Amino acid sequence: RSCILVSIGGKNIMLDCGMHMGYNDDRRFPDFSYITQNGRLTDFLDCVIISHFHLDHCGALPFMSEMVGYDGPIYMTHPTKAICPILLEDFRKITVDKKGETNFFTSQMIKDCMKKVVPLNLHQTVQVDDELEIKAYYAGHVLGAAMVHIKVGSESVVYTGDYNMTPDRHLGAAWIDKCRPDILISESTYATTIRDSKRCRERDFLKKVHESIERGGKVLIPVFALGRAQELCILLETFWERMNLKAPIYFSTGLTEKANHYYKLFITWTNQKIRKTFVQRNMFEFKHIKAFDRSYADNPGPMVVFATPGMLHAGQSLQIFKKWAGNEKNMVIMPGYCVQGTIGHKILNGQRKLEMEGRSTLDVKLQVEYMSFSAHADAKGIMQLIRMAEPRNMLLVHGEAVKMEFLKGKIEQEFSIDCYMPANGETVTVTTNPSVPVDISLNLLKREMALGGPLPDPKKPRTMHGTLIMKENSLKLVSSEQALKELGLNEHQLRFTCRVQLQDPHSDTDTLHRIYTHLKSVLKGYTIQHLPDGTVMVESIVIKVSSSTEDPNTKVLLLSWSYQKVNKEATSSKILQQGTDSSPNHYLRKCL
Amino acid sequence: MLHVLYLSGVILLFVSLKTFPSVSSFHVFQYCLSGHPTLPCNVLKFKSTTIMLDCGLDTTSVLNFLPLPLVHSPRLSKLPGWVSKDGTLNLEKKELLDLSTIDVILISNYHCMMALPYITEHTGFTGTVYATEPTLQIGRLLMEELVNFMERVPKAQSATCWKNKEIQRMLPGPLKDAVDVWTWKRSYSMQEVNSALSKVQLVGYSQKVELFGAVQVSPLSSGYSLGSSNWIIQSHHEKVSYVSGSSLLTTHPQPMDQSSLKNSDVLILTGLTQMPTANPDGMLGEFCSNLAMTIRAGGNVLVPCYSSGVIYDLLECLYQFIESANLGTTPFYFISPVANSSLEFSQIFAEWLCHNKQSKVYLPEPPFPHAELIQTNKLKHYPSIHGDFSSEFRQPCVVFTGHPSLRFGDVVHFMELWGKSSLNTIIFTEPDFSYLDALAPYQPLAMKCVYCPIDTRLNFHQVSKLLKEVQPLHVVCPEQYTQPPLTQSHRSDLMLELQPPPMPYRRCSVLNLPFRRRYERVYIMPELANSLVPSEIKPGISLATVSAVLHSKDNKHTLQSVPKPPPVPPSKKRKRVIEEPPVVLAPKPLLSGAVPLEAFLATLQKHGITEVKVEETADGHILHLQAEDTLIQLEEDGTHIVCDNNEPLRTTLRDLVLRFLQKL
Repeated sequence: RSCILVSIGGKNIMLDCGMHMGYNDDRRFPDFSYITQNGRLTDFLDCVIISHFHLDHCGALPFMSEMVGYDGPIYMTHPTKAICPILLEDFRKITVDKKGETNFFTSQMIKDCMKKVVPLNLHQTVQVDDELEIKAYYAGHVLGAAMVHIKVGSESVVYTGDYNMTPDRHLGAAWIDKCRPDILISESTYATTIRDSKRCRERDFLKKVHESIERGGKVLIPVFALGRAQELCILLETFWERMNLKAPIYFSTGLTEKANHYYKLFITWTNQKIRKTFVQRNMFEFKHIKAFDRSYADNPGPMVVFATPGMLHAGQSLQIFKKWAGNEKNMVIMPGYCVQGTIGHKILNGQRKLEMEGRSTLDVKLQVEYMSFSAHADAKGIMQLIRMAEPRNMLLVHGEAVKMEFLKGKIEQEFSIDCYMPANGETVTVTTNPSVPVDISLNLLKREMALGGPLPDPKKPRTMHGTLIMKENSLKLVSSEQALKELGLNEHQLRFTCRVQLQDPHSDTDTLHRIYTHLKSVLKGYTIQHLPDGTVMVESIVIKVSSSTEDPNTKVLLLSWSYQKVNKEATSSKILQQGTDSSPNHYLRKCL
Repeated sequence: MLHVLYLSGVILLFVSLKTFPSVSSFHVFQYCLSGHPTLPCNVLKFKSTTIMLDCGLDTTSVLNFLPLPLVHSPRLSKLPGWVSKDGTLNLEKKELLDLSTIDVILISNYHCMMALPYITEHTGFTGTVYATEPTLQIGRLLMEELVNFMERVPKAQSATCWKNKEIQRMLPGPLKDAVDVWTWKRSYSMQEVNSALSKVQLVGYSQKVELFGAVQVSPLSSGYSLGSSNWIIQSHHEKVSYVSGSSLLTTHPQPMDQSSLKNSDVLILTGLTQMPTANPDGMLGEFCSNLAMTIRAGGNVLVPCYSSGVIYDLLECLYQFIESANLGTTPFYFISPVANSSLEFSQIFAEWLCHNKQSKVYLPEPPFPHAELIQTNKLKHYPSIHGDFSSEFRQPCVVFTGHPSLRFGDVVHFMELWGKSSLNTIIFTEPDFSYLDALAPYQPLAMKCVYCPIDTRLNFHQVSKLLKEVQPLHVVCPEQYTQPPLTQSHRSDLMLELQPPPMPYRRCSVLNLPFRRRYERVYIMPELANSLVPSEIKPGISLATVSAVLHSKDNKHTLQSVPKPPPVPPSKKRKRVIEEPPVVLAPKPLLSGAVPLEAFLATLQKHGITEVKVEETADGHILHLQAEDTLIQLEEDGTHIVCDNNEPLRTTLRDLVLRFLQKL
């Protein structure tokens, strides 16, 4: 069963709220005291997300929301929202009404719980609050199954729920875009199996059913009311049609009709072929499959019965099983995974004597077959999903430890990412390294992009300079000038001036002009201007000439530059040295 | 006198070859390609992305053509020809820009995509079309129906010569004056429809779709029809809302999402109701009572309508009405090549329906009651009047069929069949065509005509309430909305009055939208972010100088640390310094603040400069460092160091001054 808590960017999210089918005591529900010892969960959880309607993913939901106490939003897809309460109610009936258990949720609680559900559409980005957003992707597996992408700021997690990477007769394949989450939490039910081709499995299944029917046996197929049942119905329906078989196929009552109706109304969630042809022929209107009545179980002759639930732990499938178990001509085909502790699990492990309630034992003589028809991703599928989503870390859940260990090794080897597989109740902490989003002034960006040219030069990276203003929650990157302006600060000018004395009998203007001509010839590659206001500019160094008051032949040269404008103080001293300062006499001589 | 002109199956569309010079990026331009406010076609240029908003096909010009009868009609073929009275043509599309440069097309509802094949086929278009699933599926049905209507009628000949300018000049009346008829186009083929629709990418409400990393678009529920949407086009700092065909009435679709339109810089408003004075509820009541009256009197009712949309509401209304009105035995027929598909499709889009209908699916029950009408045989649907229908047809009855223009489709046959009897009634519910023009070629007509246009789109009152709610900075709308209708020039309530006034556009106009883009999103990589040293400059405001390398890829910008320069191998030949061009080094930070006198003097002292004479001036102080013969002028906004040829001293003084200043 699944129930995962994720803390991301200060938000707490519960992913699935499943129950364990194998237990009949407190252990069947997750231990919510792990979150808080006293009372309600509302304050500790920002939202709950349910991936699909299987009870091992949503079975504890009313217990959690109504008995432990949670009033926040619960997200699930429309089909899940539609089907989940029916399965819960069905399950409640079996446990409470038939087994007479107490301390279980009531019908009213299921209704109240469903009122807290917010439906989720595929690919819709739902803003849970200002920071937390979630998005659902198609997962295959069963009608309405979804994977979720959870994002807070620049950190993100993808939770797959159960998924299937190969399209089948009624559902499509799971798909996700390259969302590069920090963590991908994937189920790993079939961690090591690379399942043989689907067609082989189907042929095998049909062959076994056919053989059993031929020798007059009865075939029991325990299934969940929704999901594999429809898949196998479509399979048998087409086979019966093709082989022109007459033996009756029954589907245990109650859910059947309803279940198929759900498939018709949610046809957009099925695979492309069914969606395309539904107007002409709805695949979920079966010709050969009829509703089952309890009395039919004793009818003579061959028959095929689909009965719920799928793990033979209670209900109609168990009743029929008890009736048919003694005859070796009969057969039970387990089309899915069985949780430890269920009768399904026991007989699959070869147990031939079962202890039933009231100390009676049951001899199992019928044939037991296991055929994996659960629509879970196999090892290949899991790898395929990793390739699609490109996560930075991987977390495996929902599987058997030994097999997961093997897959973990494979993932780490192939993708060189860290892979975790926490046990129940264990916490995994993954440190992320998020980049910081900042608003850059468009002026600065455009200036930079214009200077950088159309293509970046990896050999000569251009360095950009700016000032980051951090104010409340905003981060703005602007040019330094703009930063000053925005903060209402004045610029502080730092200037330097240096005096040089020369002997030159010419007038001030002439001296300046001679300096200008000289500098021009000496300092190549510099911008040198003679300005009309009686100054010479070398780059941004200002040169002025004035005569000494005492001696008109002694000229005072003023060199002035600013700290910011002259990038290179070196330049100014160079001018001083080369042009004037180091040898004023030499310079003078040259000028004259 | 009426003039003769028979133009078979040629349908309108407008394309001119004028191209527009390319427009620089970083500006937001809006091009308007359609003058029809409810069938918009605009192009938005935003951050170097060219986005077409809708491509509605204006079919009002079919009113210039003769009806296409399904069954040979001696009356129609003898008719001396007919043209519409006022002769105005709402021409559909004028090209101001090269269609192949369009990056994406956003579709708001299935009525606004009928011109899609003309845009995406044979134009070099390579972009993507975004639409919701119901819009795509029902849009496909409507196109399929249109093609079917056109193709199943054998055309004796098709005239094209008349489009020649010289010949057009000779043509009678309004056609002579029609503008650019040579750009009218033939109806597209199914093959073109399929090809066009294969370019559609499905989106869900509130899904964020990234375009080239520069722009994000997102559809919102608009409440008008199944899957109808308004669109948000935004970047991190700018937001344009495109509102097209929205409704606040409770009909079958999901309610309109208004809150997501908030904080828009620009809101483009199109697709308001075409019947601002007709209340849809009242019209629905009138529809029902006229229908009942006719049936009771033994007449037939003909409802020309589109195959999807309002018809679902009409059927739902009738479902509740027929028992009470004692019409339980009257057959209802829905005839269209896509009637069955349309009815089936309507039942499978639970996610796109109003809450009421959604909860029905949870039961599980079909969301629309027409499923029950079909089950109980009260409503029957047929692909056409041929085949089963002709044998099962009983009168008096109610027939829903297309096309609402009465120019093609099965409706033509029923006009011929029932027009002569005053017992029968035709009830117009679609607001797209003038019913008088639609009826003109069938005159003289004995059958009763009732006009109950049902247009659930926003009216002016609802719009102004909506705009008050979402408060966009600017509103852009067709110019028709900025003045009262021509026929009711005194009704100032039938126009948009806003402050600031809306920016009107007309067909073929290009608007420069009032945007000032000032910021762009950039990501500072963690390594660089860790190296920044912020300093608090004012309470709550910190600054950090950033020197980084800008990487721009797919319109995403990141800043990374400056890589350490690789060691330069020592060159053997030293170039003469003098010839070296200025080396671009890190620019000096800007300085801010002031140098406090006392603290500065203390610092000077620490560095062994003790003989300082301080002289007060108007703006500050002058410090005379007597031993060094150096002047330092300290002012509020500046420091001036006058120091003759003593480089080490100057450097020391500089560093000391810098200690007291903030660097940006």
